[in-house]
Amino acid sequence: MTADTLFSLAPLVILFPLLGFVFNLVAGRRISERGAGIVASAAVGLAFVIAILQFVALGLDPAGATIHIAEWIAIGELEVDWALQIDTLSVTMLLMVTGVGGLIHIYAIGYMHDDVRFQGDPSRFPRFFVYFSLFMTAMLILVTGNSYLTMFVGWEGVGLSSYLLISFWYEKGENGIGNALAGKKAFIVNRVGDLGFIIAMLITFWFFGTLTFEEVFSEAEAMGAAAVTAATAITLFLFVGAAGKSAQIPLFVWLPDAMAGPTPVSALIHAATMVTAGIYMLVRNAPLLELATVTPNVIAIVGAATALLAASIAVARFDIKRVLAYSTISQLGFMIAAVGIGAYVAAIFHLVAHAFFKALLFLSAGSVIQGVEHGHHHADSAEEDFNPNDMRVMGGLRTRMKVTFWVYLIGALALAGIPPLAGFFSKDEILADASHVNPAVYWVLVLAAFLTAFYMGRQVLMVFFGKPRSKAAEATKESPATMVAPLVALAVLAVGGGLINAPGLLPLTRFLQETLAGIEEPEFIAAIAILTTLLALASIGLAWLLYGRRPIKSRAPDPLQSRLGPVWIAIRHRWWVDEFYDWLIVRRYVSMARWLAEVADERFLHDWVHDRVIALGYVRATHWLASVLDLRFIDRGFDGLGALTRRGASGLGVLQTGYVRNYAAAVFIGLVLVVSYLLLS
Amino acid sequence: MEAWILSLVTFFPVVGAMLLLFIRKEREAAIRWAALMTAVVTFLLSLLMLSGFDSSDPDLQMVVRLPWFSIGDLQIEYFLGVDGLSILLVLLTTFLTVLSIISTWTAIVERVREFMIFFLLLETGMVGVFLGMDLFLFYVFWEFTLVPMYFLIGVWGGERRMYAAIKFFLYTMAGSIFMLLAIIWLGLEGGTFSVPDLIEAQAIPGNLQFWLFLAFAAAFAIKVPMWPLHSWLPDAHVEAPTAGSVILAGVLLKMGTYGFLRFNLGLFPEASIRLAPWVALFAVIGIIYGAAVAYAQKDVKKLVAYSSVSHLGFVMLGLFALNIQGLQGGIVQMINHGLSTGALFLIVGMLYERRHTRDMDAFGGLWRVMPIYAGLTLIVVLSSMGLPGLNGFVGEFTILIGSFGSEAIGSVWFTIVAVVGVILAAVYMLYMFQKLFLGPLDNDKNKVLLDINRREIFTLVPIVILIFWIGLYPRPFFGLTEASVAKVVELVSSAAITMR
Repeated sequence: MTADTLFSLAPLVILFPLLGFVFNLVAGRRISERGAGIVASAAVGLAFVIAILQFVALGLDPAGATIHIAEWIAIGELEVDWALQIDTLSVTMLLMVTGVGGLIHIYAIGYMHDDVRFQGDPSRFPRFFVYFSLFMTAMLILVTGNSYLTMFVGWEGVGLSSYLLISFWYEKGENGIGNALAGKKAFIVNRVGDLGFIIAMLITFWFFGTLTFEEVFSEAEAMGAAAVTAATAITLFLFVGAAGKSAQIPLFVWLPDAMAGPTPVSALIHAATMVTAGIYMLVRNAPLLELATVTPNVIAIVGAATALLAASIAVARFDIKRVLAYSTISQLGFMIAAVGIGAYVAAIFHLVAHAFFKALLFLSAGSVIQGVEHGHHHADSAEEDFNPNDMRVMGGLRTRMKVTFWVYLIGALALAGIPPLAGFFSKDEILADASHVNPAVYWVLVLAAFLTAFYMGRQVLMVFFGKPRSKAAEATKESPATMVAPLVALAVLAVGGGLINAPGLLPLTRFLQETLAGIEEPEFIAAIAILTTLLALASIGLAWLLYGRRPIKSRAPDPLQSRLGPVWIAIRHRWWVDEFYDWLIVRRYVSMARWLAEVADERFLHDWVHDRVIALGYVRATHWLASVLDLRFIDRGFDGLGALTRRGASGLGVLQTGYVRNYAAAVFIGLVLVVSYLLLS
Repeated sequence: MEAWILSLVTFFPVVGAMLLLFIRKEREAAIRWAALMTAVVTFLLSLLMLSGFDSSDPDLQMVVRLPWFSIGDLQIEYFLGVDGLSILLVLLTTFLTVLSIISTWTAIVERVREFMIFFLLLETGMVGVFLGMDLFLFYVFWEFTLVPMYFLIGVWGGERRMYAAIKFFLYTMAGSIFMLLAIIWLGLEGGTFSVPDLIEAQAIPGNLQFWLFLAFAAAFAIKVPMWPLHSWLPDAHVEAPTAGSVILAGVLLKMGTYGFLRFNLGLFPEASIRLAPWVALFAVIGIIYGAAVAYAQKDVKKLVAYSSVSHLGFVMLGLFALNIQGLQGGIVQMINHGLSTGALFLIVGMLYERRHTRDMDAFGGLWRVMPIYAGLTLIVVLSSMGLPGLNGFVGEFTILIGSFGSEAIGSVWFTIVAVVGVILAAVYMLYMFQKLFLGPLDNDKNKVLLDINRREIFTLVPIVILIFWIGLYPRPFFGLTEASVAKVVELVSSAAITMR
């Protein structure tokens, strides 16, 4: 088979999940739970096969191909097609998205079986996989789109699926509406980012005359210095979009709330795939970033700041998933910072490695949560407001969930950057590059890495070590095989994932060089590797001193509380960012909207301007006209219009009388004016 | 076919309405079916018109032009014609009329015959507005639409229907008077009422264009409605019966935007260029204002009504970009708004028929009992807030592209503020969806609600199909308007050259 034949199969990578979506939408309720899950998983599995075929094809023809499907929008110079761009960058993402996605699908069959029963609505099971397939479809459109606009279709499509999945249990959460509000918040905050994406597209179109990636990049290259300002503006606005989707300062606030979705959602969408779309999009725009002046620095600084800020917040979380959520924000900050310093391969490397170990951590956390939930039901404990996510009710799960413990530990060590696990290599590559380019960013990231090892150590110790701190934790048992098997597979990837760009061999760098022209090979700096490893170990040791030596009691305050003082209060309150936005934006907008609706629109425009000034004025004017000109039918026309209608439309006679009088009145005034104008002029 | 098809599309509903007079008014089922059949045949006739339409021809087609009567030397003609600027609107009208009549099946139970007669007369009026190419004839159709709509609101409306009906009537009439004056002036000065002839001549000097533009704009801006002339709209929508709201939002408002497109741009291109920043300013204020006020509503129908103010702001912004993207986007967005807002009013009507309230606080968690209804609503909501892949995005994005690069508007800030409106659309639309469908199902009255039935599904599904069609493959729709729009752009740019 030639490469072109294989490339022509690429649309199937989107089509399979789409078919899965349609099938489960139509027939999901009529087949068994397992059936619906298998259809959705098989769709992703087939997409994975297609992704591998694309990888094979790139081996034959590394330049890749563009596959046109149909024309979409064509107005004047604005021409956008439905087309896929298959190159080493998009195929890297394809493999990760379909591979990790497939494992999460299999896991979700087991997880959701129990979840729908805990939540009390088993009939909702197929809907979960409908949304999952919708998400996969949109994500694969995002990855393969060959223009800004087709990418944007996937971009908003994943946002929609995220919205639907966060509010999957839309009648649950705080006051019964918490989950729905979390979904809405995610969508709206992302829309703020989309504003940047849209404006970037507007500038791109009017400057380069096209929205297709390849054409924009070749045009930009040809223009060189003339395109610097435009490239700077475009990339800055694109970064606003990336900050929304990839949860960076100032738009990261939606991601922690997104944990309201079922855990497989958190793993797939809010850790492994969707949230990395911002990084992918920026790397895709590397040719523009290389031209731009201010943007790379802004990106690097924001990324590093986000990495540190989120890591600090993660230290003070008690909800097992929230720790991971802030950790995700922090790790996304690492990737964004990598993009900012021009380490595009390192960004993608960390993106893939992170997908492995963070998906693993989330899914294992799901296993823990359901284990505790099972234990809670089994122990029949009467604890009110029992929260199975709260690490303070856990403890001692090491012996009760053996497989989950080991895979969790692997994930945590990979995230902490302990060699030779995946996270060590990928994070180190970023740090090594940063040390050359931007020392400030480098040190901030090192500090964030230190905190990373600490909060993961804290979490593992609180969840798995010590003694159970509740009856539920005591009665916890290991999860079923459909859930555990994907965990083991992901654990293997988290261990060996570093190989995809192992120092010296650098397969990923070589692969991506085909698409990202001119990238340099990263250097492995032993000193940095040793430093960060020692720091991570020290950090874990510190966590052990605080949480391992003397395990905390269920109701006792966190040992950091007294030691950190005001800093603890700040990180416990997430640096008051949510409160600040609520005060600055949400409340302002709500009160402005109310004021406009009630005062400006209702009382001023409606009641005063219309009802008093215009309506009363009209009535008075017609009365005056009537008395002066003796045109009695004018005011009768106005009053009579109502009276006649009130009598009802009993016959069409009303039509004539009611209409003609009023009409005649108006037309008459008009004619008088016209005629007098014509006579006088 | 050429000669009679447009007359047939325009007046077939009147024929049907006359036939209804011969059915005894107790036989309501027969009346409904007869009205529906009339609307269906009219729709089919409009498809026949479409099949004969040559989209590469920018000029009026299938023209019928007969002398009607004359005043002195001034000949008033019976002059119908269709081109790319109007064909989609005619199709939208005949399409929505069918769906609206189906929606009345169980909602309208009093004076069914009169209702249907008014409804069909209204259809004739609307189609006539889009096809009438003699200014006088156009004006007759324009004013004529007021009458049936007045009665639809005033007789079959809600509690404050009289107030709303009179307000609707007088408000729109007030603006029309200025247009009438301008029309008479144009006829006397130009020696003809023929729109294409007047446009061809381009004989109106620049400073006069300004005043004539304003006179026409008075009528159209109220109809659109442009901020701050929208005060009649929420009242009319809230009080109108569902089918009335669908047509009001779906078609009647488009008469305003169509008017700007056909008459203001065509007859007064210099004034249009000069006033474009001002129109853009009011359009953008309308976008933000409508979105914010919609968000603060408790009555779901009012929310949808104010969302129209916001959406029509986008249309106006696109039209007065005066370039090909803006105009194409503006026209397609007229159709999109007709579909999505029409569907939203149908949706609200279905709920009102079941619960007799539109207060959003009375609902919550309806997804559980009405999943099909919820799913279809979600699609329409997403269409309305411009999700890519659905129709609203195609229109909005092309409008933004157009206005961003528009020389006439002259500043990118209008567009940037309009993009903020895209965020705000998500805010009020998702708020509405959440209030109705999400959260706990805690109101006992809602627990027993039945999902929508086949007839109701049938009214929404055709719209949903179009929502996807325009969103994924808008080529055929843009293709129909392309040539005529290019002609308008050419006209405006040659006026711009004269101005320099």
